[in-house]
Amino acid sequence: MKRRTLLAGVTTALGLGLAVGPALAQDKPKIGFVYVGPVNDGGWSQHHHEAAMAMKAHFGDAVEVVEQASVPEGADAERVLTQMALGGADLIFTTSFGYMEPTIDVAKKFPKVKFEHATGYKTAPNVGVYSARFYEGRAIEGFLAGHMTKSNKIGYIGSFPIPEVIRGINSSFIHAQKVNPDVEISVIWISTWFDPAKEADATQALLDQGVDVVLAHTDSTAPLAVLKEKGGLGFGQAADMYEYAPEPRISSIIDEWAPYYIKRVQAVIDGTWESDNTWDGIGAGMVGIGEITGPVPDDVKAEAMKMKDDIASGAYHPFTGPLNKQDGSPWLAEGEVADDGTLAGMNFYVQGITGSIPN
Amino acid sequence: MDFSSFNAALLIASLMVAATPVLLAAIGELVVERAGVLNLGVEGMMITGAICGFAVAVNTGSPMLGFVGAAAGSLVLSLLFALLTQLALANQVASGLSLTLFGLGLSSLIGQSYGGQKPPRAYRLDIPGISDIPFFGRAFLQHDMMVYVSLALVAGVWALLKYTRAGLILRAVGENHDAAHALGYKVITIRILAIAFGGACAGLGGAYLSLVRVPQWTDGMTAGAGWIALAIVVFASWKPWRALIGAYLFGGITVLQLNFQAAGVAVPVQLLSMSPYVITILVLVVISARSSGAGAAPASLGRLFHAGR
Amino acid sequence: MIKLEKRRQPSQAWSYATPVLAVLATMFFGGLLFAFLGESPFAAIKTIFWDPLFSEFSFYYRPQLMVKAAPLVLIAVGLSLGFKAGIWNIGAEGQYILGAICGAAVGLALYPLDAWYVFPLMVIAGALGGMLWALIPALLKVRFGTNEILVSLMLVYVAEQLLASMALGPLRNPEGYGFPGSRNLDEYPSATSWILEDAGIHWGTVAALLAVVFAFVLLTRHMTGFHIRLTGDAPRAARFAGVNPGRLTVFSLGLSGLFAGLAGLFEVAGPAGQITIDFNSGYGFTAIIVAFLGRLNPIGILLAGFLLALTYIGGEIAQNQLGLPAAAIQVFQGMLLFFLLAFDLLTNYRIRLTLRETA
Repeated sequence: MKRRTLLAGVTTALGLGLAVGPALAQDKPKIGFVYVGPVNDGGWSQHHHEAAMAMKAHFGDAVEVVEQASVPEGADAERVLTQMALGGADLIFTTSFGYMEPTIDVAKKFPKVKFEHATGYKTAPNVGVYSARFYEGRAIEGFLAGHMTKSNKIGYIGSFPIPEVIRGINSSFIHAQKVNPDVEISVIWISTWFDPAKEADATQALLDQGVDVVLAHTDSTAPLAVLKEKGGLGFGQAADMYEYAPEPRISSIIDEWAPYYIKRVQAVIDGTWESDNTWDGIGAGMVGIGEITGPVPDDVKAEAMKMKDDIASGAYHPFTGPLNKQDGSPWLAEGEVADDGTLAGMNFYVQGITGSIPN
Repeated sequence: MDFSSFNAALLIASLMVAATPVLLAAIGELVVERAGVLNLGVEGMMITGAICGFAVAVNTGSPMLGFVGAAAGSLVLSLLFALLTQLALANQVASGLSLTLFGLGLSSLIGQSYGGQKPPRAYRLDIPGISDIPFFGRAFLQHDMMVYVSLALVAGVWALLKYTRAGLILRAVGENHDAAHALGYKVITIRILAIAFGGACAGLGGAYLSLVRVPQWTDGMTAGAGWIALAIVVFASWKPWRALIGAYLFGGITVLQLNFQAAGVAVPVQLLSMSPYVITILVLVVISARSSGAGAAPASLGRLFHAGR
Repeated sequence: MIKLEKRRQPSQAWSYATPVLAVLATMFFGGLLFAFLGESPFAAIKTIFWDPLFSEFSFYYRPQLMVKAAPLVLIAVGLSLGFKAGIWNIGAEGQYILGAICGAAVGLALYPLDAWYVFPLMVIAGALGGMLWALIPALLKVRFGTNEILVSLMLVYVAEQLLASMALGPLRNPEGYGFPGSRNLDEYPSATSWILEDAGIHWGTVAALLAVVFAFVLLTRHMTGFHIRLTGDAPRAARFAGVNPGRLTVFSLGLSGLFAGLAGLFEVAGPAGQITIDFNSGYGFTAIIVAFLGRLNPIGILLAGFLLALTYIGGEIAQNQLGLPAAAIQVFQGMLLFFLLAFDLLTNYRIRLTLRETA
């Protein structure tokens, strides 16, 4: 209540800032980016930063880019976003899930500034969300992992038990099992997106348990560094991480944000920007599959590439029935395809995965 | 529960690696605290060591020089703390916390161009015939050199404190600096030396992370290891061998927890992660409850010393 | 030969001059650092110290200074009372977390009840949570003689793990699609700590000012304040004067825990809005520095809190507008703290230059 009545006051108070912002923007749009990690983390934040730079290179002098890295989620993020908006930003990309509430809060106060929030689910007239169907890439990784494991044990390093990670685990496992019915998957939750030492320890623990192919859903290159040292195969995550090719990195899921950034900035320039809810995959070019390298046999490579093409064209959906849930209850009938609603809130394992989702 | 996938030799090997960075930092801090100084800047010194070691190793191609560089870098940083607390007589708690803040920033500045680079491989012990002894060889004899250096440091500090005159003086300074001063010992000089030693050790610990355990450079990569080292010193009740046990216990819980998860055993992660700290508090209570001095904190810990009065 | 001579009385003149000197020295060396990084030192220093107060957008930054300074001052005032008596609570970060957890838990349990008593109940829960967490080291010290520095520090880590398990478990937003983190209390009017959001005033700001007045009166006019000062200056004399050290320990640790708990509650119900895994952003540790920068004097702490808030906000502006790396700001803050701590020497000691030390 108190908050609502205040809003009118806030907008008047900020009127000065708003008047200045768009005035400057008429000739040159100002685009802001906020990152949760340092821009040299080798993964998530670095990749958003590189995409921002690619966008800048595309438009040249036609746009101005402001960036702020290592912004803690919460109250500090709210201030940083407000600063950017006051500074005349026309469009601000907030590139971490934890910025969801701050983004929505600040967007209320700056109805003329546009916001794009990555991986969240709350939208507003001036807040769009965008996310990638990483599970499509996981299908290909799972397929390769199922082929390449000699111990029939693959490992998955998860951050938090949220739908995005659970989708990744399920998709990987389904496709590993398709080519290798004996395969088992071990999941380790490390409760952080970015802690190289912990990621390294988790990789080591998986190796100690007999795992020989590791899929990481965390941000650093530490798992690959450990695999290189100790043996075993892995994948690039978020970035290509090609510096670890041809082995241990045998392929990768690459976040291709640049085309989306270019498209949305263009929309702002054209005055056609509208709040959206984008969830794109391989087909739209938001999820890239890095070159398949190393010891992967040619026929497996070809099959993987065909799977990629089928997913891209829509001929194949990674979650296609028959699929049962972990407890054996039926989920998808023969030929049935999972709907986006179920996928967006996925909170169960598919049949065959042992272990349980925490909490 | 299925424990067939657990291999004790591998677990021991992993926990030794996981424990080495905090052990190195802890043994250094132990000497500092034994001299009566509380340096809460371990985290800042570790991360500075991590980047200095990484930078030197990458530029020279020698991991050995990298570790030397790490020790040197953190030693210089620790002298800043010594300057503040011993010469400018500033409060140790505030100075230590400031040092951590400063170190985190400094390391990130130095490290800006080192992201994504790979360090040279550290030398690994491999004695033909002996390193391959079943179980024992795999668990203990296939590590990189720093694991053995950390063990040697523990033994060295233990011997120094127990058997040498220098150790006796160090302890005297930590227990009662006024008395030590009255006996003619140079309290400030001894403390500065202890702080420098602590800094060098923290640097080695940090470099172990960036050169061996992870191995790469990323901002903030110590992620709280320095604070764990502080906890271990307390857990150890300021005794070197107990610091070894403490470090391996902390490392062991991490490694076991991850292995349990990998084996599909549901574990309460947070509960396990907080248990070492709870144990540390219990240890602290037990030693302070039963002792009239023995095993308790050095009496002058954290207190200001000024000679001229 | 340089010799230090302890002054009989701390120098009044130097105690005012040293903070100014320290800021000037930081500006000089910080300027060198910024120049080395290729920035104009003058622009950077102006951005950090001047812009938050007097720039075009200072109407937004000035209130933000209050938001940032309030928890620092509130916690630091509580800590300073103990520090004066030689009782070292360095676990305020943990007490801050417990206050936030307990307070938020009450609010979340009552959601969406709309009643006047919701917020007062949260305040009580937050205060109790922080106080009880601080009483653990207090009682252990009184009963067993356990070192309170170490116990209170250890309890910070326990609190951090507790926070993570709360954000992932009991306090998780039931409508949050499994993502960690609680409901946004900002959207629950009965539970918000904001009074005037535009002006940066929430109950924590009010509490911080009240705490300053309270501590000032306690130290100058009250018996307990006298006991605190006496115990710090001359512990033995204090005992003869009838001070009960056990009671003093419980009082000062309990009070500082209560203040820290309140700060956590006001933060979670206001600026932060929700319990997240890394909700705590180090206020508890920074407040220790603030307490010392303020020379353990309530008014000094108020000023120190604002100075530090200024470098935070100004530092963010410098990152945003000049593109200075976050790390440079951290180093700059570190320098400021070093100089403030080092120059304090001049307040308590006289520096004598002698040609030769007489034996």
